[in-house]
This record gives sequence, structure tokens and C-alpha cells, in this order.
Amino acid sequence: MRARLLRSGPLQLVLLIAVFLGLYFTIPAVEGNPFWRLPHLIAGWPEKINNAVSYLMFEWLPIDIYDPEIDDYEASPLLKEVTRGLSTGVLFSIDALRELLLGGVKTIAAFVGWDYARAHPDLVWPALPWTIVAAGATLLGYALKGKWLAALAAFATVYIAVFGQWEPAMETLSLVLIAAPICFALGLLLGVAAFRSRRVEAVLTPLLNVAQTMPHFSYLVPVMVMFGVGDHAGAIATIIFATPPMVRLTILGLKKVPLEVIEAAMMSGCTDRQLMRKVMIPAARRDILIGVNQMIMQCLALAVIASFIGAKGLGYNLLLALNQLRIGQALELGVCIVLIAVVLDRLSLAWANKATNYFADQSFVFRHKYSLIFAGIFVGGIALAALGGLIFGDGINYFYMIPHNKGITTENFWQSGVDWMVENWYQGLQGFNRGLITQVLIPMKTAFLGMPVMATFVLTMGIGYIVGGVRSALTVALLLLFIALTDWWDRALITAYMATFAVIVSVIIGFSAGVLSAHSDRASKVVLLLCDTFQTFPSFIYLIPVIMLFGVTDTSVLIAVIIYATIPATRYTVEGLRSVPVALQDLGLMSGANWFQRFSSIELPLALPHIMLGINQTVIFALFMVIIGAMIGTDDLGQYILKALSDKNGIGNGLMLGLCVAFMGLAVDHVIQTWARKQRALLGLV
Amino acid sequence: MLKYLNTTLGAAAIALSLGGAAFAQDSAEPIIIPTHNWSSQVVMAYVIGGIFESIGDKVEYVPADSQAVYEAIRNGDITISHEVWQSTFGASFYNAMAKGGIIDVGNHDASTLEELGVPRYVIEQNLCPGLPAWEALKECAAVFATADSEGKGRILEGPQSWHGDLMPDRIKALGLDDKYVVKFAGSADAIWAELASAKKEGRGIITFNWTPNFTDAEGFDFIQFPVYTDGCRIADGGDGSCGSPLGWMKKAANYKFPKTHPAAYTIFSKLSFTTTQIGQMAALVDIDKLSHEDAAKKWLAENEAVWMPWTK
Repeated sequence: MRARLLRSGPLQLVLLIAVFLGLYFTIPAVEGNPFWRLPHLIAGWPEKINNAVSYLMFEWLPIDIYDPEIDDYEASPLLKEVTRGLSTGVLFSIDALRELLLGGVKTIAAFVGWDYARAHPDLVWPALPWTIVAAGATLLGYALKGKWLAALAAFATVYIAVFGQWEPAMETLSLVLIAAPICFALGLLLGVAAFRSRRVEAVLTPLLNVAQTMPHFSYLVPVMVMFGVGDHAGAIATIIFATPPMVRLTILGLKKVPLEVIEAAMMSGCTDRQLMRKVMIPAARRDILIGVNQMIMQCLALAVIASFIGAKGLGYNLLLALNQLRIGQALELGVCIVLIAVVLDRLSLAWANKATNYFADQSFVFRHKYSLIFAGIFVGGIALAALGGLIFGDGINYFYMIPHNKGITTENFWQSGVDWMVENWYQGLQGFNRGLITQVLIPMKTAFLGMPVMATFVLTMGIGYIVGGVRSALTVALLLLFIALTDWWDRALITAYMATFAVIVSVIIGFSAGVLSAHSDRASKVVLLLCDTFQTFPSFIYLIPVIMLFGVTDTSVLIAVIIYATIPATRYTVEGLRSVPVALQDLGLMSGANWFQRFSSIELPLALPHIMLGINQTVIFALFMVIIGAMIGTDDLGQYILKALSDKNGIGNGLMLGLCVAFMGLAVDHVIQTWARKQRALLGLV
Repeated sequence: MLKYLNTTLGAAAIALSLGGAAFAQDSAEPIIIPTHNWSSQVVMAYVIGGIFESIGDKVEYVPADSQAVYEAIRNGDITISHEVWQSTFGASFYNAMAKGGIIDVGNHDASTLEELGVPRYVIEQNLCPGLPAWEALKECAAVFATADSEGKGRILEGPQSWHGDLMPDRIKALGLDDKYVVKFAGSADAIWAELASAKKEGRGIITFNWTPNFTDAEGFDFIQFPVYTDGCRIADGGDGSCGSPLGWMKKAANYKFPKTHPAAYTIFSKLSFTTTQIGQMAALVDIDKLSHEDAAKKWLAENEAVWMPWTK
């Protein structure tokens, strides 16, 4: 009896909290007391990492390279030459695509040399008139899916052109169109490799975990040192950021392929290669396509961050607009980013779902219908551009290319909206702001900072133990130990306090919104669309109005974090509740359960594992955004990550700080995943 | 081969005719100029690019973070930087220089001031009598209080990466620390947003700011702290109770630049803008709402007398 009592979760939790509080109030806050704060044993690691990377990049295996520019040999380390070679390749591809869309001379110069290009200033590749790209995208939408996708593509391209954002949008697009296929190929290859070999999976899983939880700011400096500054660096950072979901969902999809399907394929005499290409991947397409969707969203979510290390396009212009506090302009740019994301996502989805008709015997004209129409569009577009040249004369040829920021704009409308908001709301919000800060945030921060390291470990390991036994307790302990041994533990506690507050609020909002909308098809569709939009809509834009209303305070940071972290909480609640089998709901209905009973005893328990995964994502989103909150002004790990951009030990500091944030996320991730897995097993959902 | 030779000669001839002088052996590879996220810097990038193009050189612009750019120059990914502010970027610049690969190409005429101050209306409306003398601050902490300052006055400082604990140390050394707290903003944008919001409300705000920039046009007054003397800062052995000195604004380049583009390098080393000129460039964008490229074209067209001599 006693033994069973001790094994009951809630009781263990109560005991644990009692022990935690006991330790919290008895351990004295004295520097040097290892129960209060652990010694900073690995505080020297950033410098070591830094020296190691510098050695590899700038000293190791020097080879003599002839530099025609200074007419001399220069010793250059091997690794640097390799990474720079890679950069040149990526940059060339991006530039080639970009100049196809916008015109230019770099691609030509790459073949004939800059001297020749300078001698022949007329040798410039002309830009493709925007009308051709817009009509082409519309046609593609029609060909792949039908009139609705065509309408979406037409709306997006015309919006971008008419609002005068064509050039930056095509710059961003050319980067994404190079980065996304690389992510796709890399993701699929790694996913298949991990599926085939347990060893590869064992190596890949922790790497994926870290890559998905590490804030992007922390690998900007390493990417910049290794690959340089420019669109190629932006593309490489994008690839690091966007590939993990693709890998993960590929593995997931392949694992879900029923054994019967595989056996049937084996019996038909499939080779290994055929099995993968013709059976496994098509059978796993649903999950792989979710991976593609996530990947494309991630690619565009990084558009702004990538401009820190040289990516041209919408993201950079958005930062410029924000620095001038031109929120309206930033908003229009943000909408362009979202539109590109949505159109690319829908187009790739439609392409992947397009059925091939193997039996049709079609005439040449029918088979090449769309190519022929496009040829017509091409000629028509050029004719239109030429006509425009006549109409507009020396002015701007709107039929050829609408220059940056020379289109129509709704900037003034948004700007006056923001002004109105500040003028009318500021005073009223001050009471709320002061109350929140003095009554909630400051006490909460103090409580987190006053937590002895011993108490933290007992609490977190205890939760790990209750959920997943000794294994989980040790995993959590190791992850946190890494942070505790750096000299950033206090900073990490501040990050933890902000993330905790934001997660609590986000989950409450997201869960309520999800529950309210899950019962209606239309409402859930709208909510999921909103989730997609806000996931790619650059969070930098709402930082500014939030600062205007709440000042450079933790309130501002937390509001920005909550806006962003509510997305996964909502999305997973909707998805979880909607995936409850209809048969079970009917069963409840038949047994005469009312709405609330059905919800609380059927739908919620069944959906809870999935909802918990949403909370898991909420934690990770919150951590990401707390770090971006450093742009407003915080004193947590994020402040140091931003600082790493200019540090002497920037690479080491950035990476180590990034790992600290990642490990916090992973500790939570581990506990929640373990819980959800067990819960699913209990419910027979696996 | 002969054809190639011809084209090379042709290139040289064109460069000569455009350059007009004897130094025309610049490489045809583009000079890479970084653009950051504030107006004067971006316009000046296009102005300098325009000057280089006028002697037949190719130019390319690459967006880059203003702190991380020095590492990129050192590695040769970016050729020059034309706005190295002493107190915000001095540390990054010298860190990169210590690692090798970046050279100092001299100072602009413009001297910079990076200091705490208040928007002009704070003085005009006499929100804190006695400003801009720093002693006035003792009496009006409440005017500058914010939601999170717990009744004290709040001083908004730039990101901590700019000059560490300089301002908290100064406030303490001046004995203002029981009346004021220093809050680090995360970015310049955060400072501008607070300034704009304060202006709409007409409320008091003390913030770190610098000149020349676009706030000059709207009126911004720096607080007069005790005069800076050598060694007065804590880092230099003093007690820290002094204001900021007038600072320099440097130009920097990759070490290969003088050899690959001698003509452009010569221009770049002669080139020097005054505070007024930098203010003009920023105003064309911030006040007249021109695009950065158009602003640069306009400035170049109107100021040939200023920049033409550098190319001679």
C-alpha cells in the first residue's frame, strides 16, 4: 500500500515541491557555496572553441594561393579555401537566378571576366519584365491546381509589384529558390540515411535537436567567419535553420510506412533503390510534404535574420524601414514575405500532389499546352514592356519594372494608426504596465534569481524522474549541468523566468482559442491560416509599436514573445482536438454525454498528448523570441548572444550561449516528449 | 589571345579616359561596400560607390551587421567601411585589427559626440529646470521615471556591447545612482521607438544618442557633464565622473585594397565628410523621404565641388 502511494505521480510531485521549497529557503545565498551556485568550471571553453576555430580557419594547413589582384602568392589555410569555394558556388547560383529575374552583369562577368565586362559596359543581362513573372506564376498555379491557386499567385505577384517591392522580393526569392531545394535534397537524403542505419540516426538525432532549439543569432558569427558575408552566408544560415524539420518529418514518414507495403514491394522484386524511390517515399509523402511546408516557412522566417550577414532583399529593407520607424513600410514588406511563403508552399504542395496520367496519349500541342502559353506570355510581356517604353517615355516604365518604393503605398494609413494608438492608449496602459512589472514580473524575476542551484536540480531532476524514471532525470541533469558550469547561470535564470511567464500566458490563450475554434471546420481553417501567417510574418515589425506603448521594459519583450509563442499552442490544440476519431465522439453522444462531458472525458484526454507537443513547441518558440527580445533590451542570455556579434571570442561565446539556450529547450523537450509517448501508449494511440 | 589583349587595352583606355589621371590601374573586380541599417551610412555608401564608379571602378553593396562587419573586412569579404564610430564600433574595429587584415584609412572631418541627452522640448518646456547642465538632474528624477524604474529616473543607454558599464559607472561616480537607474536598450531602433513615443506624449526622457544623425533636425540637446580629461574614465584609472569626449569617425579597409584598387584607395584616404554633409545625406532620406540611392545621386550632383577634387 505504501509502495503504491509513493509511486502515484501527484503525491510524488507534492513531495518534490516540498523538498524544493525546503532547499530554496535553507540554502544560504553565499558566493562560493556550491549548493548556491556551481563553480564556473567551463567558463574558459568559449575562448578555447574560438581559438580552435580560428586555428582551423586561419592557420591549419596553409597552402600557397596566387592572388592575381595583388600579383603575389599568399598563404591561405586549406579549410578557408574549401569553405570559400563552397560560398562561391552558392553565391554564383543565387546571382545567376537573381539576374535572370532582375538583370545584371555579375553572371556574365563570371564567365568573361570583370576586365571584359568593364570594357563592354553594354554587356548587361536585361531584367525579365515583372508582368512575365507574374503571369508565369499565375499560369503555374493554374497548371498545378486550378483557378484558386492561380488567383493566389496572381494576387501575390501583383501586390508585390504594385507596392514597389519587386526588386527586394525577387532578391529574397532567388535566395530562397536556391536554399529550399538544397534543404529538400539534404533533408530527404539525411532522413533516408537515418532511416536505414540506426547509427546514423543516433548521431543525427542530437544534432537535429540542437539545430532546432539553438537561437539563430548564435550561429551567425560562425557562419560569417567560415563562409564570409553575403547572400551565400544568408543562404547557408537558412539551410542550417530550415533543414532539420525536413529531416525529422522524412524519418517520421518512413517509419510510419506499414510493413505490409514494404513486404508487398519486396515480393514484387524491388531492389533497395526501387523500394525507397518507388514505394517508401511515395508512401510517406504526407509527412514529407508537411516537412516541405515547414521547411519553406522556416526559409522565409529567416529572411530578416539572414540580412544581418549579408542577404539582400525584403529582410534588409525591413530592417532599414524599422530603423527609420517607418512601420507602414515594414508592414508592407512583411506582407510580401508572408505572400511569398504562402505561394511557394501551395505551389510545391500542388506540384507534389499532381497525379501523373500514365495512359493518356496526347497530341504535341496538348502535352505542351502550358509551355506554349508561357511562350505567348513571354512574347506578350516583352511587347507590353516595349509599349510601356513608348507610353511612359523617359519616366518609369511601369510595364517593365516598378522600381523599389516607387509603387503605391498604404504607409501613411498604418503610420497614422500607430500614432493614434500611442496617443490614445499610452496613458491608459501605463497603470497596467507598472502593475505588471512591480507586482508580477519583478517578484518573479527575483524568485528565479534567488533559486539555489541545488534546489533547481532537485526540482528538474525530480520532474524528470516522475515522468521518465532515472534515465530522464539524468538526461535533464546533464543538460542543465552544462549551463550551471558556465558563468552565465544567472543570465539563464532570467531567460527561464521570461520564457516561463510567456509560456504560461501563451498556453492559456492558445489553448482557449484552439478549443473554441476546433469545433467548427471554418473556424479551425481560419485559425490555422492565421498561425501560418504569423509564423512567417517577421516578428521584428511588432517590436517597434510594442516599445512605443510599453517602453524598453520586460513587458515589451514578453508581449512580443507571447504573440509568437501562442502560434504553436493554438495550432496543436486545434490539430489535436480535430484528430479525435469521429467514432469516439459519436460514442459519447450516444451514451448521452453533454458537450462538456464529451470534451472533458473524451476529446481532451485523447488530444492531450498532441497538445502537450504543442506546449513543447511553445517553449521552444518562446525561447527563440526571448533571445530576439534582446533587440528591445534584456539582461539575459540573449543580450550576450547579440553582444557576441562584436566580441573578441564571438564564435565561442555565440556557440556556447546558443547551446545554453538549446539545452534549456531540450530539457523541457525531453520531459514532455517522454510524457506524451507514455500517455499515448496508455491510450493505445501508438 | 590577341582579342583578349585588345579588350584589356580597351578596358585600360576607358579607365584612363574616365579617371583622367595617371592612376588608373584599378582592378576590374568590384569594390564591396557594406550597408548597415541607418540612413546616413547607407546614403554615404552609395555616395562613395558613386565616386568610385566615376573613375570607372565596379562597386557592389552588401548588407551587413554593423558590429560584425569588421570581421568580414578583415577576411576580405567586404572591402571598406566608411563610418567607424569611436564609441560604438571602436571595440569591434580594434578587435579585428588586432587579429590582422584591416587597416585604418584615416578620420572624417566630422567629429562625433556620443552622449546622454534629452529631446529639445524637455528644455523648451522646462520639464527639468537647469538642463542641460548635469547638476539639474539631481532635482527632477521623477520627470524621467518609467514603469519599471521603481520611482527613480530612468536613463536609457545603448546596448551594453557599445561601451560596457561606462554610463552606470558615471552615474555612480556623480552620486546620481540613488535617484537614477540605467537601462540598456537592445538596439538603436529601441531608442528611436522610445524617443518617438515620448515626443508624442511630451514626456521627459533621457537617452543615449549621438550626432550627426537624424535627430539633429528635430532638436536634441546633450547633457553637459563634467568635461572629459585624459584618464578620467575608470578604465583609464580615473573615477569615471566625466562626460564623453568629442570622438572620431574613421574609415577602414581590407589590407589588400591599396594594392588592388590604388586609385580608389587614394580617393578613399582623401575623402572626408563634415558633420553638416553627413547630416544632409541623412536628411535627404529621413526628412525628404527620398530612397537611399536617389538621395546619393542628388547629393553627388549638388556637391561636385566637394568630391571632385578628391578624384584628381
